[in-house]
Amino acid sequence: MAALLRIQDLRTQFSTSSGIVKAVDGVTYDVEEGETVAVVGESGCGKSVTALSIMRLVAEPAGKIVGGKIMFQDQNLLDLDIEEMRNIRGRDIAMVFQEPMTSLNPVLTIGMQLTETLLQHLDITEEAANARAEELLGLVGISDAKRRLAQYPHNLSGGMRQRVMIAMALSCEPKLIIADEPTTALDVTIQAQILELMKDLTRRLGVALIIITHNLGVVARYANRVNVMYAGRIIERGDAKEIYHNPKHPYTLGLLRSVPRLDQPRGERLVPIDGQPPDLTRLDDGCAFRPRCTFATERCAKEKPPLEDLGDGHLAACWEKDNVGLNAGKAS
Amino acid sequence: MSVAEADTGAPEQELGDVLLTVKDLKKHFPITEGILVKRAVAHVKAVDGISFEVRKGETLGLVGESGCGKSTTGRCILQLDPPTDGSIIYDGKDLSKVSRAEMNKLRELIQVIFQDPFSSLNPRMKIGDIIAEPMAVHGVEPDAEKRRARVSELLTVCGLNPRFADRYPHEMSGGQRQRVGIARALSMRPEFIICDEAVSALDVSIQAQVINLLEDLREQFNLTYLFIAHDLSVVRHLCHRVAVMYLGKIVELAESDELFDNPMHPYTQALLSAVPVPDPEVEATREHQVVKGEVPSPINPPPGCVFHTRCPKAVASCQTDVPVLRELRPGHWVACTEV
Repeated sequence: MAALLRIQDLRTQFSTSSGIVKAVDGVTYDVEEGETVAVVGESGCGKSVTALSIMRLVAEPAGKIVGGKIMFQDQNLLDLDIEEMRNIRGRDIAMVFQEPMTSLNPVLTIGMQLTETLLQHLDITEEAANARAEELLGLVGISDAKRRLAQYPHNLSGGMRQRVMIAMALSCEPKLIIADEPTTALDVTIQAQILELMKDLTRRLGVALIIITHNLGVVARYANRVNVMYAGRIIERGDAKEIYHNPKHPYTLGLLRSVPRLDQPRGERLVPIDGQPPDLTRLDDGCAFRPRCTFATERCAKEKPPLEDLGDGHLAACWEKDNVGLNAGKAS
Repeated sequence: MSVAEADTGAPEQELGDVLLTVKDLKKHFPITEGILVKRAVAHVKAVDGISFEVRKGETLGLVGESGCGKSTTGRCILQLDPPTDGSIIYDGKDLSKVSRAEMNKLRELIQVIFQDPFSSLNPRMKIGDIIAEPMAVHGVEPDAEKRRARVSELLTVCGLNPRFADRYPHEMSGGQRQRVGIARALSMRPEFIICDEAVSALDVSIQAQVINLLEDLREQFNLTYLFIAHDLSVVRHLCHRVAVMYLGKIVELAESDELFDNPMHPYTQALLSAVPVPDPEVEATREHQVVKGEVPSPINPPPGCVFHTRCPKAVASCQTDVPVLRELRPGHWVACTEV
């Protein structure tokens, strides 16, 4: 099957007073039609900047996409002018942001915000747009749609606002939705409601989903394929099962060992990853994870390991990948 | 819940002596109207009659979603918010009745670690001064030279280089700042630390470091923790016993492993099933029971059982009768009539 979205060697940088931050440093991944792909990583690893780059929403002039291609349905999004890009945003690719509190306009009614996208992209009357907005609220599980459309964001709870965001994302029947930490600000029971809703809707409507998160549990529950990012690069990719049961990059392994699990009794000591994430203005030629890595060798200081295929769609960027495994170093 | 019921609300066990007893604690915040003459038109019932005990050397987890009253409970124990009703007895002393001087003495023993390592450190103070401030305020180490030595020692204990004493908070990462918050809490040689979402703002790899640090410190200094958190996986990992709160009430309280393996209250069950486990194979076999609706307003909580509006097991009597905490298994307390 042809890939819906193909990101090739994407590089996005920010100039700051302390130097150039290579937020995204050669990221390549693709998303097929209708599949759910996860991008996992910790703060500052570049997962959100990758998403903003796809939408061409990187804040200029400080931020700039300096290289690579973003092929969406055989056209490079980076070649489009502002007007063409605006036609794609919201219509073909929609985005759900983390903060349902700040991503809705507080002085416009829910109805106005929902119909704005529809009127912008589709050739419909205001009446038809209102009818569609009502239908969309029903779709995302908000009852009493007519009354809600007349309300303002502050009248709604956090979970409700995120439902509105999802309704907006779905409004023009996009082919791809990018959800950037869609449930991080929500309580667990509401998080479960929203994630189930997104899973159900994307499957039913055949929408592809990129879910960006730091929560390994969410990934395990919802994603088909996983990309793990560290310091602006993808360091491991594969099927969710493969990544969790046979991690081949020491960072992925470290992440899995450092999360406390609900299904494990108390008392077992966590194995944290020592040290801090690197300063993105001071990356050298070696592997960025080297200072925190227990497998590091001399070679890791000299050359950046490429993302290499291990078979069955499992890729890892580590010189020592053959020695890395759940049983290495510590009896698991 | 009657006071008599509340009295037995925390099970007695052979583990250490009781250090803290919270009895029928209530905290209602008034909602006022009017500009010159403010009158209370309603109350937010943030904490509405909860009782529990914390024993020496244990970590008691207090979990629940936003607005369930877990942080308010912590603030009441610290006397940062005076309770509306009920009593808090620390080491035999009723905190609402002790004199100011006595309370100041107790404040040395009861410390707190806050959630946000960005807003809980003064950005204009150096790390060393931040950690030394409580010692200066309480006059425990009047000698500046000794204070500096103690700061170095505390930084080392918390896994930071003593050189950090001359830095400012903005020069440090979130994980490092949280370690500073811990060092500050330890500076008074406390017995009891309230950790209010102490690891929630940290990335997983850093969170694990801080969790391990908290465990080591508890053993090293014989500390007792009240661990307030919403992340159930972290709570299971760290806590000996866990109390689950919903809308100002404790709905279930048990030993950690018992609670997580055999949750009895429908809310606890829903909460646990909502937390995803980082393992796709386990996830594929788990039952995902999604609880409907949202948490009702604590201004006007539902009558009867506060959870009945969302409960899959609710019967007619749940709308009128307030369930009391009952001990259904040894040490396992549940406030539900339908289990």
